[in-house]
Amino acid sequence: MSREGDELGVSTVEDLRPVPVMLGGVRGGPDARTLRRDRWWGSPLVTAGFLSAFIVYSTWAVFQNSDYFVGASAHRDLISPFYSPCLTYSCGLAGGSGRGWLFIAWWTISPGILVLGGPLGFRLTCYYYRKAYYRSFWQSPPACAVADGHGSYSGETRFPLILQNIHRYFFFIALIFNVILTIDAVMAFRLPGDGGIGVSLGTVVLVINATLLWLYSASCHACRHMCGGNVKQFSKHPVRHRVWKFLTPLNARHMQFAWASLTFVAVADIYVRLVASGAFHDPKIF
Amino acid sequence: MADVTMTVWRGDPSGGAFTDYVMPAVEGEVVLDVLHRIQAGPAPDLACRWNCKAGKCGSCSAEINGRPALMCMTRVDELPVGEPIVVAPMRTFPIIRDLVTDVSFNYTMARQVPPLAPRAPDAPDGTYRMMQIDVERGQEFRKCIECFMCQDVCHVIRDHEENKTQYAGPRMFIRFMELESHPLDTNDRRELLRQKMGLGMCNITKCCTEVCPEHIKITDNAIIPLKERVVDSAYDPVAWLGRKILRRTKRSAAEADADAPAKTHPTSADGPTPTPTAGIAASS
Repeated sequence: MSREGDELGVSTVEDLRPVPVMLGGVRGGPDARTLRRDRWWGSPLVTAGFLSAFIVYSTWAVFQNSDYFVGASAHRDLISPFYSPCLTYSCGLAGGSGRGWLFIAWWTISPGILVLGGPLGFRLTCYYYRKAYYRSFWQSPPACAVADGHGSYSGETRFPLILQNIHRYFFFIALIFNVILTIDAVMAFRLPGDGGIGVSLGTVVLVINATLLWLYSASCHACRHMCGGNVKQFSKHPVRHRVWKFLTPLNARHMQFAWASLTFVAVADIYVRLVASGAFHDPKIF
Repeated sequence: MADVTMTVWRGDPSGGAFTDYVMPAVEGEVVLDVLHRIQAGPAPDLACRWNCKAGKCGSCSAEINGRPALMCMTRVDELPVGEPIVVAPMRTFPIIRDLVTDVSFNYTMARQVPPLAPRAPDAPDGTYRMMQIDVERGQEFRKCIECFMCQDVCHVIRDHEENKTQYAGPRMFIRFMELESHPLDTNDRRELLRQKMGLGMCNITKCCTEVCPEHIKITDNAIIPLKERVVDSAYDPVAWLGRKILRRTKRSAAEADADAPAKTHPTSADGPTPTPTAGIAASS
């Protein structure tokens, strides 16, 4: 992304005259990991527990290779978000509702594995999730004013963590997935053999899932930057300024959208799985 | 009312320990009030910085019950009742005495922030025209009172002293962002941020935002936008290709200086290095 003013920009790195930093000196306070007495460990513990539960469930679900689609035989058109877009021949056997031109015949294991990378990469490099897993798994730091306990620290300056900088490309990939999952939600309005078009509980689940994914993507920090944050003079770019102003309050709720959308992806998969396995009949609302 | 027990760190570079002071509780007091009563009573030699008592000078930063906080803005009745209130100096900076620390590291880093390099004036009388929407983004960062609690809580230097030579810290990053988003500025500080100021060291765990008494969204509105700007210039192959095709390459300082409309100012390192004593005087 180029930005306005690049052609005028004077790089200051060559002109830096460093001022020596005096290291050392005795620090005050006791040599304790922290002086905090509140339940600072609560938040990273809950985060680690929730993320672990999601990782375990999603791994299990992706490798199931069954019960991910409810087709015309059950008078519904519902697909699990873990398996969409469904790209393999097995999806055609499951009745994959007109998306057969993409089917890969030679892939015989779970089609969910084929599409795992995009959403996973988007969430792994997300600025919010980075905070979440750096704190809860990496303990770097586990909480504010609690020592991280690592011998050395280089942050995101070296491989592999320097790859966090490609977050914006995963954002674009995530947008493609959002479009596909939105199509899935629209397709869920089809109730084949049950009145043609209508709304079932499954439709509502997939619509909420797609909406939360769009909100999560729209509130992304990279999105906010590319839509207007990189502009230096908003008055010269009124449209981008309006987009930036629209995205800024969404961005402030990025964490909430991150959790809500993550939870609902799992909820949608569970729902489709229950209906597809016959354990639950998707009720028609109207 | 019941008594309040204040556990205060007493010491200097040669060593120290916590000392308990039991004082009668007074309704509505803040931690700094109790410290002042300790100074007026049992410990007249207790050292602490303070100035405005209104949360606007940034002098009385300390760690209260383990969390960075302004002593003048922390009400005693908001802390757990019946437990001692533990007051310690900021951990990241060297101690001078009791609750007073040497924060000159921050001034050293501040001197390396390249200042505003304005474009050519808009009018013959040397004045500029700026729209409100162009300047309002940076106004959030001007609320900074330089309490340095964001620097104190940042684990990059709090837990790793060696990183101080290559890490400007959250307070300086908001200054960088204020300048980078300034409508008149022509300096490009992105490579400086990447190579010398340690922007990549920040792992955006948002502790700086949590402790900021001015509620500046340091991470969301300064550090992450700066990281994205660095991605624009250093890590985005599509942007790199776009610049090549459009010939929007960054020129050297000498080339730009030759035909720049206004005189640019590469750095502010044009005076004597402030001594630690000077730094302390400036903050109190």
